[in-house]
Amino acid sequence: MTGVAVVGAAETTDLGHIPHMSQQQLHADAALNALADAGLTMKDIDGLATAGDRPTDLAYYLGITPTWVDGTSVGGCSFMLHVRHAVAAIQSGLCKTVLITHGESGRSGIGRGGFAAAPASLAGQFEMPFGPMGPTTLFTIPVLRYMKDYGMTHEQLAMVAVVQRQWASMNPRASYRDPIDVDDVLNSKMIAYPFHLLECCLVTDGGGALILTSAERAGDFPNKPVHILGTGESVETPLVSQMEDLTSSRAFSVAGPLAMHNAGISHADVDHMMVYDAFAHLPIYGLEDLGFCGRGEAADFIWEQNTAPGGSLPLNTNGGGLSYMHSGMYGMYAMQESVRQMRGVAAAQVDGAETSLCLGVGGMFGASGSVVFGTQPKN
Amino acid sequence: MSKPTRPLPKPTPETQHFWDGTQAGELRLQRCADCDSVYFPPRPFCPSCSSRRVSVFAASGRGTLASYVINQRNHPAFDGPYSIAVVQLEEGPRMLSNIVDCPQTPEELELDMPLTVKFEGVSDEITLPLFTKAGASA
Repeated sequence: MTGVAVVGAAETTDLGHIPHMSQQQLHADAALNALADAGLTMKDIDGLATAGDRPTDLAYYLGITPTWVDGTSVGGCSFMLHVRHAVAAIQSGLCKTVLITHGESGRSGIGRGGFAAAPASLAGQFEMPFGPMGPTTLFTIPVLRYMKDYGMTHEQLAMVAVVQRQWASMNPRASYRDPIDVDDVLNSKMIAYPFHLLECCLVTDGGGALILTSAERAGDFPNKPVHILGTGESVETPLVSQMEDLTSSRAFSVAGPLAMHNAGISHADVDHMMVYDAFAHLPIYGLEDLGFCGRGEAADFIWEQNTAPGGSLPLNTNGGGLSYMHSGMYGMYAMQESVRQMRGVAAAQVDGAETSLCLGVGGMFGASGSVVFGTQPKN
Repeated sequence: MSKPTRPLPKPTPETQHFWDGTQAGELRLQRCADCDSVYFPPRPFCPSCSSRRVSVFAASGRGTLASYVINQRNHPAFDGPYSIAVVQLEEGPRMLSNIVDCPQTPEELELDMPLTVKFEGVSDEITLPLFTKAGASA
């Protein structure tokens, strides 16, 4: 069976504050940039996947007549699931060339729909009556349980943001680049105890797009192809209060190992890693749920600079959702950084990196998608 | 007048020129400099060839009645049954609108009849392009 490769990848021309574009146009700007990267036009695209907006809307807006669409929308990791589904679609001949787009006017709110939970939904009935106000007050709920169970300190949680700012300081496209220390984090405004402002993701505008096709054709494009070695996906619950284990994401635990098994790699093979960080505790959960650290050990692992520049496991090397950008559905940007690392063109390039593991989260620990990227085709 | 307003469009950066146009009494379309396509609704690139080399121009405001329904259900912004019509513009694109200033009956709404745009302000910011039978006095 043929492999599948990324042959086009790009973000929006600008990132951060883009009040002169609607959300739909952010999709289009990223898509046009990815097409230019691949040397293709919309007429070459026969598969389309997107989330946040409907594939019908995007296909029409972009001028695509697809034979395969995927509108899987499970939160910010939806694009990882799209990659997994696109691999299957290409391998089974449903389409040849897939465009996956993301655009989100997260900061400016231009042309963006609402996210209110229906009063009759589970969240509307069983969480909203108690006063949550979005992710800062939902995604963050489990972490005190983790801190108690494993003895993680506030300083250790803060270190996640500090290390990622080290990476962001090397990236001219990152929203925040000034170095910070643990005290800076702990002295920043409290948003939802125990989370301070600098432990919460940015809220920015932007987009990204990927173009996938069969590995057999991967040499026909102007830029270095990045091979998809393995993928995984899962969902758990729309209610953070109903997670099976508040200290672990079941979706991470399924999707991550599935992708690694699918790729045929071990932990030692991973040269570079992205863990979707809407909040500072997510890399800690991700490292443990995927077995890179034992239970309760990830905070120490990060504290000891293992994920920092020069460390053994470079993590969130674009600066992550905490410092690089976070439009709301950040998964696309995590994959863009994996692709840049595999192409050898990242702002903070990891020397010699050949395998990148990218882990996404959707909702409030509600879903996960994972993709293993590589510089070489799967064996 | 206290008649409820229609659900109003909220312009985006890509559509603002169109809504500015209706305010100014122009029906604005876009044309691609690379493949010459004329298209609607607005976007800053060509849906036919993906080129970003596009421009805005004022259309004639003439068209024909391509298709329609006559909604019979009560809508607070309308008095009685009303047409929801697809207008085939002279320049090529089609748009949804209402055919006004004539009885809202199948006998009066004859397919392919010529139409002329009629701009109707519905709020301080928004003017909608409606259509009348060509030659009908306003």
